[in-house]
Amino acid sequence: MSNKKNNQVSRRQFLNYTLTGVGGFMGAALVAPMVGFAVDPLLKGEQSGDFVYVLDEDEITDTPQRVSFQIDQKDGWVESQVERTAWVYRNSNGDILALSPVCTHLGCTVDWATQNENEFFCPCHDGRYDANGVNIAGTPPTEPLHEYTFKIEDGKLYLSPQTHAREGA
Amino acid sequence: MLRKMYDWIDERLDVTPIWRDIADHEVPEHVNPAHHFSAFVYCFGGLTFFVVVIQILSGMFLTMYYVPDIENAWESVRYLQTEVAHGQIVRGMHHWGASVVIVMIFLHTLRVFFQGAYKKPRELNWIVGVLLFFVILGLGFTGYLLPWDNKAFFATQVGLEIAESVPFIGTELKTLLAGDPTIVGAQTLTRFFAIHVFFLPAVLFGLLAAHFIMIRRQGISGPL
Repeated sequence: MSNKKNNQVSRRQFLNYTLTGVGGFMGAALVAPMVGFAVDPLLKGEQSGDFVYVLDEDEITDTPQRVSFQIDQKDGWVESQVERTAWVYRNSNGDILALSPVCTHLGCTVDWATQNENEFFCPCHDGRYDANGVNIAGTPPTEPLHEYTFKIEDGKLYLSPQTHAREGA
Repeated sequence: MLRKMYDWIDERLDVTPIWRDIADHEVPEHVNPAHHFSAFVYCFGGLTFFVVVIQILSGMFLTMYYVPDIENAWESVRYLQTEVAHGQIVRGMHHWGASVVIVMIFLHTLRVFFQGAYKKPRELNWIVGVLLFFVILGLGFTGYLLPWDNKAFFATQVGLEIAESVPFIGTELKTLLAGDPTIVGAQTLTRFFAIHVFFLPAVLFGLLAAHFIMIRRQGISGPL
């Protein structure tokens, strides 16, 4: 096809390149918005939520207390109130903890002191966490229970809908 | 790199003749707009197909968000159009493309008609073309209901009344389309959705294949 003698682009080759280029550009322009449309969930990222009042500071006990609270959830075009639960208590150091009940192994729901005294227990695969919510070695969970971001204002405890991994626990 | 990959496959499967057979064919001078500009009238068939491809692509993507349910249809359309990235563009392509397809297929039909290109031996291809026209109209009619807004609802109401005016089988035809003898509602929407995205496209693909195979076999009609 190419004319090797004087290294020129042949008419056919030129037209091929031009047509492929222009056609490719037009095709890309057509498909690009659709791809953006499809990957929109990645572009949106996680939604943040407002802090929700759950209980008064003086109601916080030394043993984990299960508290439920409602958060506003926006799932595409469906807006609803969904229930979240947290294990709220003061640990032996007197620090307030608001732990997520979601097991860090595979996402089942943990319960307090159902199997062993002073431990969180996950029934799915016998995962165990100590009284600080730290996973016990030799059981399936790989990290401590996640924690709700919380704040205390005027003696009231507020939780954010987001949980995060605990550092240094 | 690409060249090598192609050669590797071609060496084993001999794919070159397959696409050569599809891609290589003579374009007669009388249909080439580079020779006679008036030959642009021969482009309408290809343009119809081009827009149909856009409709198929944009439609596939729209179903990622659309819900064919009376509670959610309108909200999901509002959401995908206003809150999803490029939603306005993707829905716009499908919305405007629907009208452009009708215009293009109409111009294509006019060209074939006034040039007498439907005459022997191409009668069968004309018949398939007319069937394609009806399928496209059906796609337009069923797709119109899907956003589930007032315009969609009453347009479908009218369309169903027209179906009901068919002699003898009108009432049954309307019930069959609407899914209920009196209500235009939940069942109408799911039916129209199923017809719009599964049944008619399947028929469309079959007819398009027949249309293209025939034109390739018979060649394009001669100059006027």
